[in-house]
Amino acid sequence: MDLTLKIWRQASAKAKGKFESYPISNISADCSFLEMIDILNEKLVRDNIDPVAFDHDCREGICGMCSLYVNGRPHGPDDDITTCQLHMRKFKNGDTITIEPWRAGPFPVIKDLIVDRNAFDKILQDGGFISANTGSAPDANAILIPNREAEQSMDAAACIGCGACVAACKNSSAMLFVSAKISHLALLPQGKAEAAIRAKAMVAKMDELGFGGCTNTGACEAECPKDISISNIARLNREFLCAVILE
Amino acid sequence: MGTLNSRSPEGHVSQQWTKFKSTCHLVNPANKRKLDIIVVGTGLAGASAAAALGEQGYNVKIFCYQDSPRRAHSIAAQGGINAAKNYQNDGDSVYRLFYDTIKGGDYRARESNVHRLAEVSNLIIDHSVATGVPFARDYGGLLDNRSFGGSQVSRTFYARGQTGQQLLLGAYNSLNRQIKNKTVEMFSRRDVLDIVIIDGKARGIIARNLVTGEIEKHFGHAVCLATGGYGNTYFLSTNAMGSNGSVAWQAYKKGAFFANPCFTQIHPTCIPVHGDYQSKLTLMSESLRNDGRIWVPKKIEDAKRLQKGEIKGSQIPEDDRDYYLERRYPAFGNLVPRDVASRAAKERCDAGFGVNNTGLAVFLDFSDAINRLGKATIEARYGNLFQMYEKIVDENPYETPMMIYPAVHYTMGGLWVDYHLMTTVPGLFALGEANFSDHGANRLGASALMQGLADGYFILPYTIGDFLSKEIGTKRMSTESPEFIEAEKKVSDRIQKLYAIKGNEPADYFHKKLGQVMWEYVGMGRTEESLKKAIELIPKIREEFWSNLKITGNPTEYNPELEKAGRVADFLELGELMARDALNRRESCGGHFREEMQTEDGEAKRDDENFAYVAAWEHKENAVPELHKEPLEYKEVKLVQRNYK
Repeated sequence: MDLTLKIWRQASAKAKGKFESYPISNISADCSFLEMIDILNEKLVRDNIDPVAFDHDCREGICGMCSLYVNGRPHGPDDDITTCQLHMRKFKNGDTITIEPWRAGPFPVIKDLIVDRNAFDKILQDGGFISANTGSAPDANAILIPNREAEQSMDAAACIGCGACVAACKNSSAMLFVSAKISHLALLPQGKAEAAIRAKAMVAKMDELGFGGCTNTGACEAECPKDISISNIARLNREFLCAVILE
Repeated sequence: MGTLNSRSPEGHVSQQWTKFKSTCHLVNPANKRKLDIIVVGTGLAGASAAAALGEQGYNVKIFCYQDSPRRAHSIAAQGGINAAKNYQNDGDSVYRLFYDTIKGGDYRARESNVHRLAEVSNLIIDHSVATGVPFARDYGGLLDNRSFGGSQVSRTFYARGQTGQQLLLGAYNSLNRQIKNKTVEMFSRRDVLDIVIIDGKARGIIARNLVTGEIEKHFGHAVCLATGGYGNTYFLSTNAMGSNGSVAWQAYKKGAFFANPCFTQIHPTCIPVHGDYQSKLTLMSESLRNDGRIWVPKKIEDAKRLQKGEIKGSQIPEDDRDYYLERRYPAFGNLVPRDVASRAAKERCDAGFGVNNTGLAVFLDFSDAINRLGKATIEARYGNLFQMYEKIVDENPYETPMMIYPAVHYTMGGLWVDYHLMTTVPGLFALGEANFSDHGANRLGASALMQGLADGYFILPYTIGDFLSKEIGTKRMSTESPEFIEAEKKVSDRIQKLYAIKGNEPADYFHKKLGQVMWEYVGMGRTEESLKKAIELIPKIREEFWSNLKITGNPTEYNPELEKAGRVADFLELGELMARDALNRRESCGGHFREEMQTEDGEAKRDDENFAYVAAWEHKENAVPELHKEPLEYKEVKLVQRNYK
C-alpha cells in the first residue's frame, strides 16, 4: 500500500517541533508499524535526511519502550497491543497516518518521537518494592498465596511501564501506573508489611513530579496495552486513605 | 596454545561451593563503602547483581542503553525458571538438575559451575517470592510447576507467559530500593564503548551518553559485564533490537578470552520469517510444547498443496500427519531439547515437507489439547501467547494450527570465566548470558533465567568479595589518568572514523548482509566448506562497511544510526570468530551441528577424545586469534551419547 506519514519532528528538547509529511510506498500489509518506520528511515538516510528517532527495543510487546500516538491514539488503532505489535493491515491504501510522541508535561520530548519517562522510575524508586535482602527469604512455599490473589496480583503486575495511561489522560495522571504497582504488591502477603509507607511515598512522588489528578474518565484503561483495570485505582485510593488515617 | 585454569575448588562436586563460601576472603562493611563496582547491563544478571552488591554496602554504578533498567531483554523471557525444589514429588533433586543441565548441554559445560547453579536454584525461587514475584499458584496457595524440554520432571516455575518480565521486575524493584538507599547509581541511555585497564586490572569504562553524545569516564575497583548474548550477529533473531555483543567484544579486544563463540541456540518454536523488511523474529514459548503437538504432512503432495495455499492444515486427516518428534523420540516426544527439535524441523523442511508458502514452517497444533482440556484451560495457560501470535500472523491459533520455524535465540558462548566468574582480565567479571559457563553446547529451556539470577544474586556477590578483599588498599583513581584519557580518545577516534567514511549505505544494510551469511553458512547445519566460505565472505562485508557506510546527523546528539554503526562494526568481527570456532570444532555437539559428523540416524556425533574442551580465543592485533583450551574433566557424570528416544 501507499501512504502519507505526518510525523512530529523536533531536533531536541529545547527546539521547536513541527509536523513533516513523508510519502511511502509499497508497504506490505504483513509489515509491522515500526518496520514501516524502519523502511522510511533507510530511505531518509539514503536521501541525506536525519532519520526519525523513536523508542523501541523488544518488538514483541513486553519491554514497554515503544510509545507513539498513531492517529491520536496511544499505541495506535488496535486494542490491547503496543505500537510494535501494530501491523499495517490495520490501515488502508492511500491513508494519511499522523505520528506523534506522548504529550504529557512529566514526559518531555528528547528528540522527535522520543520522550523521557524517567519520572516513572523515580516513582518506583520511592517505594515500589518489598524490602527483602538477598539471602534472607524463607522457603517459597512457606508463604501461602491462594490462586485468586496470586492471579489478581499478576493482573496488576503485568504493567509494562510504557506510559500510555499518562498519554491517554487529559490530566496526564499516572494513577493507573502507580496503582498497578501498589496493587501488585499490596495483594501479596509479603507486600503488606510496607503497604502504608509505600502508598504514601509513591503518591507523594507522583504529585511532586507533576502528574495530574484522576477524574475517572477511564481513558487510561481503554488505551492500556496490557488491559490493566481502573479497579486498581480504587485499591490505590483505599490503600492511601488507610495509610493516612492510620498515621 | 595455552591451557586455562578454572580455579574450581578441590573436592567432590557437591562440596565445592560450600567449601568456597566457607573459605573465600571477605571484605568488612567499613571497607565495602570504599569500594566502587561498575555493572554494565540491567537484565536479570546485572540488576540482581547490582541490588545484591548494594545491599552488601558496596558503591555500585549500573549502566544500560535503554531508557529504563526495566526494559532489558530478560523481560521477554516467557515460559519459566527451573529450580530443584521437587515440590511436585516427582523425583527431582539438585543432582538431577545438575545432571540434566550437563546432559542437555551435550557434555560441554564445566561440572563445578553447573552443580553450583543447581544448588542455588532453590534460593532464587525463595528470594523471588519474598520480593513479590507473583508465580502461578494452585488453589491451596502452593506454587505450581510445568514441564520444559530436556527433563522428565516438572521443575519450571512460571508467571503466566511472562516469567521473565516478573523476575526482571522483581530484580528491578530491588535495584530501585538500592537506588533510593544511594548504594547504587543508575545511568540509563548509555552505550558502554570500552573497558579501561590499569596495571593489568579492569578499572573502569568509557560510556557514551546517548542523549547528549557526551563521552563519559567512570572508575570502578572492578567491572562486571552483564550485557547479554550476541544472537543479533544473525540480524534476525528473537533478541531485542538493541541487544548487542559490543561490550563483550571490546573486553575481548582488551584481553578477555572469548569462549565457544560458535555455540548458538536456534530455538525451535518461533514465528516463521515472512518478508525481507522483517526486523526481528518472535519466539513462541517452549512451554507450548507441553500441550502442542508438532507435525508436518506424511505425504509430500499434501505439503505441496499447503505451500501453494490450496488446503489448510486442519483439512489433513489424522492418519496423514507425521508427528515426527513423537515418532523419532518416543521417550521425550515434543519435549526434546531445543537443538534436537530445531534440527528435526529443518530436516523435515529440507526434505520438502514444510507447511507455509516458503516451505520453512511446521505445525504446532493444539486441537488435541483443546479437545482434552477445553479451550478455557488452554486460554488460561497460553492466552497471551496465542494473542501475540494472532496479532502478528492474523490467524486464530485456537482454530488453525500455529506455524513455527527455528530462529536464533540465545548464545551459550561468551566471555570465558573461571569459577569466580572472572574473565582472563583480573577485576573484569562476566555474568548471565554474557559468559559461557553453564550451558555447554545447548541450553535447556527455563535455565537462562535461573543462570542470570544465580550469577547476580548468589554467586558474584561472594566471588567478587574474594577479589576485592585484596583491593581494600586501592584508592579511588582519577579518571584523568593516561589510561582513561587514552581509552576515551580511542572511542572518540572510532566515532570520527565511522563518520569520515561518508559512503552510501546505512548500517542496517551491512547488518542484513552479515546476517544472511551467518544464517546460510554458520547456521543450523555447518560444514567445513560453508564455514570457510563464511570466513572468506565476512571480511569482504567488513571492508565494504568501512568504505561505504553512511551516518547522518552528528555525534553530539541523539543519533540511533551512530549507535547501530558501532554495533554492526563489532558484529562484523564477532561473526568471523564464530565461524572460526565452528570450523575448529570438528565434531557435532548440542546446537553446533557439523553435517560431516552425525550418527546414522542423523543425531549430533560428539568427539570426546579430541573436543572435550572449552575453546577460548585470545585476540591478536592484525593476526588470527589464538586458541586456548580448558580441558573438561567429568568426574561425576559419565560421558555418553545423548539419548532422548
